[in-house]
Amino acid sequence: MTETREGYRTHIISATVANRPGVLARVAGLFSSRGFNIDSLAVGETENPELSRMTIAVHGDESILEQIRKQLGKLIDIIKIQDFAGRDFVQRDLMLIKISASPAKRSEIFQLCEVFEGKVVDISPKHVMLEIAGPENKIDAFITVVKPYGIREVARTGRIAMLRGARDAK
Amino acid sequence: MKKRGAEILVEELKHQGVDVMFGIPGGSVIPLFDVLYDSDIRFILCRHEQGAAHAADGYARATGKVGVCIATSGPGATNLTTGIATANFDSVPMVAITGQVKTFLIGNDAFQEADTTGITRPISKHNYLVRDCRELARTIQEAFHLASTGRPGPVVVDLPVDVTVAECEYEGPGKVELQLPGYRPNIKGNVRQIRLAAEAINKAEKPVIYAGGGVIISGASELVQKLARTAQIPVTTTLLGLGCFPETDPLSLKMLGMHGTAYANYAIQQSDLIIAVGARFDDRVTGKVDTFAPNAKIIHIDIDPASISKSIKVDIPVVGDASNILEELSKYVKPAEHTAWLEQIKEWKKKHPLTYDRECTEGVMPQHVVEQIDEATRGEAIVVTEVGQNQMWAAQWFTYSHPRHLISSGGLGTMGYGFPAAIGAQVGCPEATVFDVAGDGSIQMNIQELATACHNNIPVKIAILNNGYLGMVRQWQELFYKKRYSATRLSGNPDFVKVAEAYDVMGVRVEKPDQVRPAIDQAIEHKGPVVLDFIVCPEENVFPMVPAGEAIDRMIGGMA
Repeated sequence: MTETREGYRTHIISATVANRPGVLARVAGLFSSRGFNIDSLAVGETENPELSRMTIAVHGDESILEQIRKQLGKLIDIIKIQDFAGRDFVQRDLMLIKISASPAKRSEIFQLCEVFEGKVVDISPKHVMLEIAGPENKIDAFITVVKPYGIREVARTGRIAMLRGARDAK
Repeated sequence: MKKRGAEILVEELKHQGVDVMFGIPGGSVIPLFDVLYDSDIRFILCRHEQGAAHAADGYARATGKVGVCIATSGPGATNLTTGIATANFDSVPMVAITGQVKTFLIGNDAFQEADTTGITRPISKHNYLVRDCRELARTIQEAFHLASTGRPGPVVVDLPVDVTVAECEYEGPGKVELQLPGYRPNIKGNVRQIRLAAEAINKAEKPVIYAGGGVIISGASELVQKLARTAQIPVTTTLLGLGCFPETDPLSLKMLGMHGTAYANYAIQQSDLIIAVGARFDDRVTGKVDTFAPNAKIIHIDIDPASISKSIKVDIPVVGDASNILEELSKYVKPAEHTAWLEQIKEWKKKHPLTYDRECTEGVMPQHVVEQIDEATRGEAIVVTEVGQNQMWAAQWFTYSHPRHLISSGGLGTMGYGFPAAIGAQVGCPEATVFDVAGDGSIQMNIQELATACHNNIPVKIAILNNGYLGMVRQWQELFYKKRYSATRLSGNPDFVKVAEAYDVMGVRVEKPDQVRPAIDQAIEHKGPVVLDFIVCPEENVFPMVPAGEAIDRMIGGMA
């Protein structure tokens, strides 16, 4: 949860949805038609191929977030909604980042990558591509430290999250 | 046994109890209409798909059953959308069946192709694109289940033509299981919340019941009456709630809000407890939100959790079906008198009744027309309205005593709704006298349905309050835009009597007050549809009125 402007917070909402065509459009359409802000949205199949999990990071004050939860709950294809606010959960974001790197600079960048527990996934004469995973603030911090080398391209998955312990989000 | 998709559809429709459908055929639904040709489901051919959608909606509101409309792909489907959105806003159970191009052509810009599920997604309760004949039976069952349960609404079923001609194994109607794990509407209210509500009611000194369309949908009108009479609580209703509480009862405050009665609005503002049942604190009801009912605790009974605390912060929410909750609530509510409060209300009623200038000589007064319809039908007519001044006069000047007797597009405010909806209501209630209170603007938005009414001899009475203006907009222009009547004068109106006659429908023009009642009586006696063209006072306004963005006790006009 990050505080920004007065009373506004980012919540992670995890939705179990039917794996059917049009579900993503329904969710995205609901956010745009009701004027809610999405920070990030990640969708993928679950252990059950008939279900998908959507992890939605949203931004708003308590009454907006309550409306978001309720309006999502009304969608027929959404089977369960969980708001992780105030719960003990793990969140991860995965980034691929391509950085300008002459051979002379490579080892410096590799060291930074190691500190951030990242992986080198590609090397070309003038660039390196790294993979960094972790909570959003860690990824943001990595971007800040490598900025001086020249970032060519960034691709991020958006946040995914899961409750710790035996509780599951099914 | 093997059956074709279209046959499965029709069997499932019959199994759902569908005995009438409204619509227009087209290329991609020809196989379906071919099966309908042999079916005993009555088909009412409309002249525009929007008319068909509103007719299905009017049928549903008048009967409580699911209304069904049908249109072809592309323009047929897009023409339905205003009707679907109208039904969605007012929680009307409806199933709209649309044709679609062949599955392998979808997305190819084929002839008469439109992304119907994409277009109707935000304006329907749910929608389906059926890609496989084997999915059809379950889809139809789910569509009717979704349309008619919980907070009802329209469900769209988009049917590619190849799915309707394909054959598959079919065991007969009602045999497959619904797959709706994400759909669990709250029916029973939380008992703890109900007890809290009862406690608040028992303690209140100035309570008001604010009843909406949800009461009628839930069939809870009698329970509202019982609660009101037990604890002597005055009742005000929304536009869509009209009829759930008899306006002949001394506890009735009639309608509240922008064009509500002064005494309803005063009562809300002075109240210490508002019991909202099946209503959603619409902006036309609350006026300026932060000035609404400043001293009141609010109990909100609604089946839709998303309606709770959406615009007004609620103290005691109870989510569930109104009938179920009121039944439970009645166990804990104690009889009360509220003598001082009712005395105060009586005084407001005496001091600020609804009124208009009865001496006006400039044509017929529109309010007088509605009053005369009320008298002539002894308040028993089903009144359907268009949208605008005609709608508000119909709401104010008819004495509603029964649920499902006022049918109006409340949320979306769809001009052109009334006449086709009246056709649907009349089809659903063949014995009733159905009046469409119309304006000269609105009636022209679906006037082609005169052919539908004539051809099927649907004896709807259309009362056009003809003032030569888009009257409600003109009223705003008069009051708030220095009488700059931009684009509201309807010059070029046709002679409505001649239009009626061209459709072989009886038409009567009324220009003098003493002709009003005889014309209404004549229309009621006539066995077929009738167009009554009342030439009304052109610049008459709907009063009282709460200007947009004001507190609801800051009314202007029409106060005696």
